[in-house]
Amino acid sequence: MSLKFSRFKMLFVLFFLILLCGTAVAGDTITAAEVQKNLDFVWTLVAAFLVFLMQAGFAMVETGFTRAKNAINIMMKNLMDFSVGSLAFWAVGFGLMFGASNGLFGTTGFFFSDFASDKDPWLFAFWMFQVVFCATAATIVSGAMAERTKYVSYLIYSAVVSAVIYPVFGSWAWGSLYKGAGWLEALGFIDFAGSTVVHSIGGWAALAGAIVLGPRIGKYGPDGKPRAIPGHNLTLAALGVFILWFGWFGFNPGSTTTGTVGIARIAVNTNLAAAAGSVLAMFTSWVIFKKADIGMTLNGALAGLVAITAGCANVSPTSAVIIGAIAGVLVFFSVLFFDRVGVDDPVGAISVHGVCGAWGTLAVGIFIESGFTMRQLGVQALGVGVAFVWTFVAAFILFKIIKATVGLRVTPEEEKEGLDLGEHGGNAYPDFQVHPSSFR
Amino acid sequence: MKKIEAIIKPFKIEEVKKALNDINIEGMTVTEVKGFGRQKGHTEVFRGAEYTVDFLPKIKIEVVTTEALAAKVVETISEAARTGKIGDGKIFVLPAEEAVRIRTGESGEDAL
Repeated sequence: MSLKFSRFKMLFVLFFLILLCGTAVAGDTITAAEVQKNLDFVWTLVAAFLVFLMQAGFAMVETGFTRAKNAINIMMKNLMDFSVGSLAFWAVGFGLMFGASNGLFGTTGFFFSDFASDKDPWLFAFWMFQVVFCATAATIVSGAMAERTKYVSYLIYSAVVSAVIYPVFGSWAWGSLYKGAGWLEALGFIDFAGSTVVHSIGGWAALAGAIVLGPRIGKYGPDGKPRAIPGHNLTLAALGVFILWFGWFGFNPGSTTTGTVGIARIAVNTNLAAAAGSVLAMFTSWVIFKKADIGMTLNGALAGLVAITAGCANVSPTSAVIIGAIAGVLVFFSVLFFDRVGVDDPVGAISVHGVCGAWGTLAVGIFIESGFTMRQLGVQALGVGVAFVWTFVAAFILFKIIKATVGLRVTPEEEKEGLDLGEHGGNAYPDFQVHPSSFR
Repeated sequence: MKKIEAIIKPFKIEEVKKALNDINIEGMTVTEVKGFGRQKGHTEVFRGAEYTVDFLPKIKIEVVTTEALAAKVVETISEAARTGKIGDGKIFVLPAEEAVRIRTGESGEDAL
């Protein structure tokens, strides 16, 4: 009896709901264009939130590949380059990158000043998507300079890279996505989601930093041969790569900044390149070291992701596999190369982001679906070269100035004891030491 | 025979090992230990609250050697492990009665 009654009640509620929906639809006159606009906002923001998660991915990769005594320092750097960077990008960077251009960089739109004039909330969605990209470029450097950089110097670097170094090159390649105009994009330079604009910029700044800073104590033996300094937690490093791979589904498909059917193939290209990169890096390490090496394989996945970022909307899935595969081999030899020439990059950031970003950008010129032309390849090469010169020189000068003023490196004693204690007065894993709270 | 136990700062282990290798000490045992001497501990911070860590991480090296070499080993360790700052550690020398190489059954100084 009671069952029957409740069924009746349910039917009534259902009927009432349908009636309500019907009137709602009939009452609103929402146009297809408005639906599309809402979709663009939602997709761009969801993608931005995915890219934000990459910050956690970088933090995990970097701490996993370095020693336990510097774990707090790595966490603080990854938290702070996003926080300091967000403020710097809001105040200065966004305007330089996307404001109305004077030919070299944007000159309007600082502190969201554009919103006051046109009241268009797209500014906020677009800024949110761009700020997480800026943070990605900034945080790449943290890994290459890990375990020896003075904390305060890193904060200064974070502000400058997010306010000036990243946005100026960005305006050349992407300015017209908002109110700016870039000379590189005017030449036909293609970097869809930022192999060069984001990853190479980060990678080349990391190279400048690692060179000015010098290698960690103990990285090179008395004979000058590189020595392994094993990372303290490969489980976290692997988690970081999974998070980055996941975040890249926002990074590349989100760079449409429109909710379109095109995002499906971009996602497929992204995934295939990462897969090919990790498989090829694994096989390369297997052949050369006789064992399947996890550090190289993880970096191989990232190499594939970085490389497909430029061309993910302009190449076929087969090309994506080839681009990722080459990146997987390239990152392996690049890591060994930088080790040999005395550039100490604890996590391989220069190889993954700088080298594979350059490769991915050139690869667009080779594999572009509309057909290979020497001109396109030349423009791609020009963009790669300009990115290197601008970023390396600007970052090199920045790090030299920091070195001459506040100092860039901690004391040898502090480096040996760990930056967690020296810079932050703490210990990331206090329960592994004997102190009274462990027994409570 | 003498057994030499040295308690040193962890980051000095590589230098001490190399210095001992250079005077032809062919083996040693190393343990991660915790402790304090006159240095006492140091303070760390957790969410704004300070706490004292009394027992600091150190490394204990154990080497067994001949009477003749013992003084040289002590001198080598003390030079290689010295930073001049508080917390450098200590060296203890103990008599060792017997040594046996398990694989061959050799004993005494032949087993070192």
